[in-house]
Order: sequence, then C-alpha cells, then structure tokens
Amino acid sequence: MYGLLVLVAIALIFFADWEQIGESFFNVEIMRDMFPEVVTIAARNTIVYTALAFALGMIWALALALMKLSSVRPYRWFAMGYIELFRGLPALITIILVGFGLPLAFGWRIPGGTLGKGAIGLGIVAAAYMAETIRAGIQAVPRGQMEAARSLGMSPGTAMTYIILPQAFRIIIPPLTNELVLLIKDTSLLFVLGSTPQSKELTKFARDVMAAKVNATPLTVVAVMYLIITLPLTYLVRRLERKAEAEKR
Amino acid sequence: MTAPPIEIRDLHKYFGELEVLRGISTTIRHGEVVCLLGPSGSGKSTLLRCVNRLEEPTSGSILIEGEDITSEDADVDGLRTRIGMVFQQFNLFPHLTVLRNLRIAQRKVLRRDTDEATKIAEEMLARVGLSDKIDEHPSRLSGGQQQRVAIARALCMNPDMMLFDEPTSALDPELIGEVLDVMRELAEAGMTMLVVTHEMGFALQVADRVIFMDEGVIVEEGPPREVLRNPQHQRTKKFLRAIEIE
Ligand SMILES: Nc1ncnc2c1ncn2[C@@H]1O[C@H](COP(=O)(O)OP(=O)(O)OP(=O)(O)O)[C@@H](O)[C@H]1O
Ligand SMILES: [Mg+2]
Repeated sequence: MYGLLVLVAIALIFFADWEQIGESFFNVEIMRDMFPEVVTIAARNTIVYTALAFALGMIWALALALMKLSSVRPYRWFAMGYIELFRGLPALITIILVGFGLPLAFGWRIPGGTLGKGAIGLGIVAAAYMAETIRAGIQAVPRGQMEAARSLGMSPGTAMTYIILPQAFRIIIPPLTNELVLLIKDTSLLFVLGSTPQSKELTKFARDVMAAKVNATPLTVVAVMYLIITLPLTYLVRRLERKAEAEKR
Repeated sequence: MTAPPIEIRDLHKYFGELEVLRGISTTIRHGEVVCLLGPSGSGKSTLLRCVNRLEEPTSGSILIEGEDITSEDADVDGLRTRIGMVFQQFNLFPHLTVLRNLRIAQRKVLRRDTDEATKIAEEMLARVGLSDKIDEHPSRLSGGQQQRVAIARALCMNPDMMLFDEPTSALDPELIGEVLDVMRELAEAGMTMLVVTHEMGFALQVADRVIFMDEGVIVEEGPPREVLRNPQHQRTKKFLRAIEIE
C-alpha cells in the first residue's frame, strides 16, 4: 500500500510542473494585492452574513421545532412540510428565490441589499436543518422535567423557557456548531445575488480577483481564510462532544 | 373547617381501551396522611397524577378544596401551586443549583422577588436539613439528598397538600430513612399527604389511613393497623404477604 503512495509521490515530484503550480496558486504579488481587503471586507462580510443568517435561522428554527412538537395538527403539518421542503431543495435555489423570485412575483424587495437577502435566504434554509436538531434536543430532555415544572404551577411556556430549553440547548451545542460551520461555507452561494465592492464575501471576492488577474492564487488565499474561521469551530465541536461524552459517564 | 382538601368522586381513567381507574371515590380530610398501596399496575400513580391533572380523568370529578378541577375552565396552573408533588425519580432541574431549583417557580409562578424567594428557599432547605448544599448542583447530591431537595422545592410554594409517588423507591436502602424522616416531620406539622409507598413501617407509624388498590378499584381502606395487620380481603392478604417476603 505504501509502495503505491511512494510511487505517486515520486511521480509528482519529477513530472509536475512546479513552476507553473507556484505561479498559478502561490503568486506572492497577487497575494499581497489582496490585502487588506480580503480581511477587512471579504472575511468580515462572510462572518456578518453567517452571524445574521444563523441568528435568524435559530429563532425561526426554534419556532418550527415547537410547532413540530405542538399538539395542534396544522402547526405540525406546516413545520413538517417546511422542513422537508427546504432540506430537499438546493440552498442555491432558495437564495435565488429570495433574491430574485420574490421581487419578481410580488414586486417588493427585501431591504438590506445582499446582507438582507443573503441572510434571509440562508436563514430559511438553516432553520429547516436546525429545527430538527432543536426538536431532537427538546425530546432528549427527560419527560419528568416537564412534569416537575408543571406540577410547580409553571405554564407550558414558562416550563419550556426556563426548564426544558436550557437543557435542550446544552445537549445540542455540538450539532448546532456543526450547522454553523456548514452555514459559513454556504455563504459562498451568495455570489448569485451579485454584489457591490463593499458587499463581497470571500468566494465572490476571490472569483473577481481571479478573473481580473487570470490566476488561481486568490483561491489559495480564501481557502486559508475559510479554514482560519472554520477550524477553530470544528475543534470546539470535538471538545464539546468529548466533554458531553465524559459527563455521561 | 371548610371543604376537604381532596374529594374524588367516581373517577374513571382510560388509556385508550385500557380502563386503569374504575370508579374511585374517597375523601381526604385536612391534615390527614393517607398511604396508597397496591400491586404494580393497579393505578396508584395514575390516581395521584389525576389529582393534579398531570393526567386527564376520563370521567368523574375531583374537588380540590371544594373546587372542581376536572371542569374545562379550571385554573390548572393555580391549582398545582396548592398541590406539592414529589416523584420517584426526584426530577430536580439538573442545570440549576439547589437554590435556583427552589427559587425558580417562586419567581416565575408566584412572582415573589428574589430576596423573598431566597429567604423561603433557605428556610425550606433548613427544614430538610440541607442548608449546606444550597449552591451545589443536583448531580453532586446523593439520591436521598436529592429527594429532600425535591420536597423542599415543593414546600417553597406553600402547598396545602402534598402528593408523593413512591418517593423512596429509587433510593439505596440506607438512604430511605432520611427521606421518610422528613416526610414524618411534615406529617407531624399537619400537612395533608397522599403517599404511594411500599414502606409498611412508614404506613403503620405515620398514616392515618391506608387505601389498598388493585386493578383500578379501592379494595379496602381503613386505619393502618387494621388494614395491614388484619386485612379483610383476599387480594390485600396476598399483596401483603408478597411484600413481606420481599
Ligand atoms: N401514559 C400511559 N399510557 C398508556 N398506559 C399507561 C400510561 N400510564 C400508565 N399506563 C398503564 O396504566 C396502568 C396503571 O399504571 P400506574 O402507573 O398508575 O400503576 P401503578 O399502580 O403506579 O404501578 P407501579 O407500582 O408499577 O408504579 C398500567 O397498566 C400502565 O401500563
Ligand atoms: Mg406508579
């Protein structure tokens, strides 16, 4: 097995055009040109889009999760339909729908430009995924907790707010963080909304520089940027999961 | 005195096709301690849970201090603040410290301010002998301590009566005594109590009355000495023999 690996490595070293690769992906001049905008505009926008989409998605997901657990059937049906629909569609379709479909159909635009449309489009999709996570978290809290809360006279809402949800969220922090990482990557889809120089996120920024310079170096730069943002989060998830595992024992 | 704390009239409860309670009628007087005995599946928990509407009775009525709680427009949440409930599995809130466990319903339901709620929490914790555990999380307490905290939590609402569903069944034998002691003191202080238990010693010493249930009906009831020492019904005798062997 290792023999094959060594052969491939040797072949790469001898036959690959290293100069070409270096020039295409690691052109120092182009890299230098990208700063500071790649951080101050592009990375910043990626984070802002993600944060807003996550916040919107979370609130909406909580509502959906509660609807799915409701005893009122139409609520359940709505939540189920919503979740299946937006998990089944490509996120890109939803974003295009929000960005272009709605204005065409109803003649009104979502305010806030790319940020508004992007955050709402991504939030709609993220909510469908997070709703299932939150529902699972709520159901993972033992039944006795709700009964104890109700037997102390708490209303269903009070019990949910102060007793059930805090425990549910503790359980689902790892999967929610995972969904945050997915969301960060999905902000790259927002290029379809078009952009002004100030509203570009990392991927759009890289594509524009690529087109201008006819060189792939921008991809390397933004790839590193994405990793700088996502790796600490994936690391955090792993630690949280290990901690939860340890607590169970 | 006014109306009795608990009056149950011809209570029936179905789970689907299964009739779990088949016409239960009894009245629990002010300050009375009643122990509910019966084999597994006889409907003891269901009866207790109907009293504070954790289960919906199918028919019949339950009057709490004269007020019919089975009616549609009954104020269930208000009712529950007057009825303390203690569970077999304690059901403390694991994400909150002992103090917050005792304070949360006082704050959110009774709308007491933090100082008052804290004062009452400290008082009740002292009553169950756990003042030094006030800042602990429940997971750091023994089962017996957790159950005593659960009793203190119920007491913080100043209930007029208390329901206990096998409060010592989940405990190691050496921890049962401390919980029963707290319950005995509560009884001596005049609390109205309805207790599902298999602790015959407690029933003999503390209860004013014992109710023996089987298959959803009250088979026999009376003073503990009579029912436990000299049962009239075959089913009661059989059950007591089984308990003794255990
Ligand atoms: N939520 C429910 N749905 C369906 N059946 C139920 C439900 N709760 C209880 N039952 C059934 O009702 C019957 C009585 O149960 P209950 O818990 O009241 O008995 P119990 O006397 O408390 O027994 P144990 O001593 O085991 O606690 C049992 O046959 C049980 O399976
Ligand atoms: Mg039971």
